[in-house]
Amino acid sequence: MGGGRLLRYVIRRLLQAIPVVLGVVVLNFLLLQLAPGDAATVLAGEAGGAPLEYIQQLRQRFGLDQPVLVQLALYIKNILVLDLGYSFRNASPVLPLILARLWPTLLLMGTTLLLSVAGGVLLGLLAAVWVRTWKDHVISFAAIIAYAMPLFWIGLMLILAFSIKLGWLPTSGMEDAAAFYEGWERVVDIAKHLVLPSITLALFYMALYARLMRATMLEQHGLDYVTTARAKGLTERQITVRHMVRNALLPVVTVAGVQIGGLLGGSVVVESVFAWPGLGQLAFQALFARDLNLLLGIFFISSCLVVAVNIVIDIVYLVLDPRIRVG
Amino acid sequence: MSDAVLTIDNLTVSLPAWADRPHAVNGVSLQVMRKEILCVVGESGSGKSVMAKAILRLLPEPHVRVAGGRVIYEGQDLLALSADGIRVIRGGRIAMIFQEPMVALNPLMTVGRQTDEIIEVHTKLRPAERRKRIVEVFGDVRLPEPERMLASYPHELSGGQRQRVMIAMALALEPALIIADEPTTALDVTTQAQILKLLKELQAKHGTAIMFITHDFGVVAEIADRVAVMRQGVLVEHGRGKDILRHPQHDYTRALIAAVPSLVPRHTLRDARSGAPSLLSVSGLEKTFAGRGGAFSLGAQRVRAVAGVSLEVQKGRSLALVGESGSGKSTLARCIVGLERADKGAIRLEGTDIAGLSRAKLRPYRKALQMVFQDPFASLNPRWRVGDIIAQGPVVAGTPRKTALGEARELLRLVGLDPKAADRYPHEFSGGQRQRIGIARALAVKPKLIIADEPVSALDVSVQKQVLDLLDELRTTFDLSMLFITHDLRVAAHVCEEIAVMKDGAIVEQGSTAAIFARPQHAYTQALLASVPGRDWQTCT
Repeated sequence: MGGGRLLRYVIRRLLQAIPVVLGVVVLNFLLLQLAPGDAATVLAGEAGGAPLEYIQQLRQRFGLDQPVLVQLALYIKNILVLDLGYSFRNASPVLPLILARLWPTLLLMGTTLLLSVAGGVLLGLLAAVWVRTWKDHVISFAAIIAYAMPLFWIGLMLILAFSIKLGWLPTSGMEDAAAFYEGWERVVDIAKHLVLPSITLALFYMALYARLMRATMLEQHGLDYVTTARAKGLTERQITVRHMVRNALLPVVTVAGVQIGGLLGGSVVVESVFAWPGLGQLAFQALFARDLNLLLGIFFISSCLVVAVNIVIDIVYLVLDPRIRVG
Repeated sequence: MSDAVLTIDNLTVSLPAWADRPHAVNGVSLQVMRKEILCVVGESGSGKSVMAKAILRLLPEPHVRVAGGRVIYEGQDLLALSADGIRVIRGGRIAMIFQEPMVALNPLMTVGRQTDEIIEVHTKLRPAERRKRIVEVFGDVRLPEPERMLASYPHELSGGQRQRVMIAMALALEPALIIADEPTTALDVTTQAQILKLLKELQAKHGTAIMFITHDFGVVAEIADRVAVMRQGVLVEHGRGKDILRHPQHDYTRALIAAVPSLVPRHTLRDARSGAPSLLSVSGLEKTFAGRGGAFSLGAQRVRAVAGVSLEVQKGRSLALVGESGSGKSTLARCIVGLERADKGAIRLEGTDIAGLSRAKLRPYRKALQMVFQDPFASLNPRWRVGDIIAQGPVVAGTPRKTALGEARELLRLVGLDPKAADRYPHEFSGGQRQRIGIARALAVKPKLIIADEPVSALDVSVQKQVLDLLDELRTTFDLSMLFITHDLRVAAHVCEEIAVMKDGAIVEQGSTAAIFARPQHAYTQALLASVPGRDWQTCT
């Protein structure tokens, strides 16, 4: 595959993404209008009540008295120059607020993805190799348990076991704020904080991948190309490693694309449980404060993220499967 | 005896408990001699493929496993060898070629690498030496530009080229024996002829013995030195190829050979009414598919599947539309019955142009045109009773359900099935029986023209004959006309008095079957006729 063609493909995909993201923005904007109450009422409520004129005045200042479509047009116009507006709640522009929370979320997401795909593929592979032995049964049974348990409960149990009882890992947060670690020590500290939330988030998908990988590996077993490989005199190990794994990976990559979309949503719960200072937590707070600008900003950044990751997944697919090149 | 490369001695392969019989192969003893092509012939379920796989221990164990017997190669019993011992034999001394070259190759690996592997595991050659050997065998099997081929993926090659790669792999280490399991069945007839010729040449050049598994007596006549006929896991007859083809001893062999349609064109069904009125007349039909552009192609590719076709079917006549895969014959049929909308041209049914009609306006004409599909397994709804499948057409057209179901039973009787079959589901029937159901369904709305798209190509030869005979009978009973699509010239000669040869979306030659078979004008028709395997055998008998 020529690099030039790949570049052209990526550019085309990026251009195609623009209307998608704008569509998401419009839809989110209109949906949020359906929710009762606005930032002015929340602020007034928190102040212990305020006269109607004061609320009106607040609305005027926030631009909330304009017709919805005017607000929408204004918002889109701003977004096109990457101005995500002002969060009145936090008394700060939205963009820096989000960026400050973005990298913890990316760190958590990336670790989770790596952990679930690598762990799931490996476990599934082993289960398929050891099919119908006790090792396979142990893996499959564990996968079903992980598959069936709710996220938050796994999180709480892990904290209970590893933080409170054993005291090996910190319970919450992203780093020890009081310790003021620098350089390498800080990295180690963050990594320690990362273990429990990423395992909690990864377990479900790890189980899913393990089951998927096991099933596709067993399915490959009966296919003709495997018989051909066997008839060529290859060992079972060579057949598995050279031929079957790559073929069996394709469905896993497909599901991984879906997982990334789900990760942002799933991380709200986990970020709350572990007090992880990520986008999920920020979104949660923004929702209750009716801080629509902030919420829309988070949605916008998330949708950009999902679109970007999908393009990456498609490129991975292209690399894995030569048949896609000719479509 | 010393000349035997491989001796199969009383081989028995057992099937799992839920199968319809206890043994796939039952007490077969057979020898493959040095420098000969042994053809193992049989219909589906005869155990011929299972036997071939058992030799190299490639059976899907533990469900299907060898229950007894020996397979002797160079004094050792392959069935008793250790796992490492059999691996040395596989690919190195005995190589195998499979039926479907698309699925038999790993889609994610270049064909060069896949060929390289076999040399890598069996020899200590260095990569450069291996590469030299691959280029050599790729040249041997006449792959164009062997150097460039190395880096190709299976999907980038044609079916014939893929099978050449499989043969190259088999030849790479000059094995003593090649087992070829239906290697040409999935290929077009002209490609098949090339591959058969290639196999014969290579066999003569390298002196390799070949065990060739096939269901096609034409192929047998083309290449076999010796023939073994199998049925239900038992060897019914074996001997020299010429003897078996000319003077078969066993009843089953005789029946099988008699079922092969002869290449001699049929006489017309009734007295040739040259002035018979036209039933279907297609003129200037075109259909172009705007192929969806691939991930990287910026412009969409366009495929001209049907490029200006004109043909005519007269009342009571049957026309064979012959062509290889990709010639556009099925698309043409789908346009005629209205499953596909033609871009241009006219389809006249008794004078009325139905080509441009909307779905609603086409409805009254649908009854007149009915289709019989190729795959009897996929074309019947598995959740419906057979009676309902057949009756659906008339019911939709307004016949009361009870009457329609009664007629369905009568139709089942006409196509040679028990009327009670109406209460059963499609999966309870064999392929041939299902195709009879498909025919009954087409007949239910009393059509004027039956369009049969490869109706017998999925069937065994003896079943094929029964279905063809049935179609012939029904043509007289119902005064039907037929457009019969096939890739098989034997079938075309057997069924149709007229023939149209299609290539790349256009009809290159049409006329009476007898005239075209006697004096083919177009180069492609000549090539097609020359490619029919075993074409000389039947004219000699």
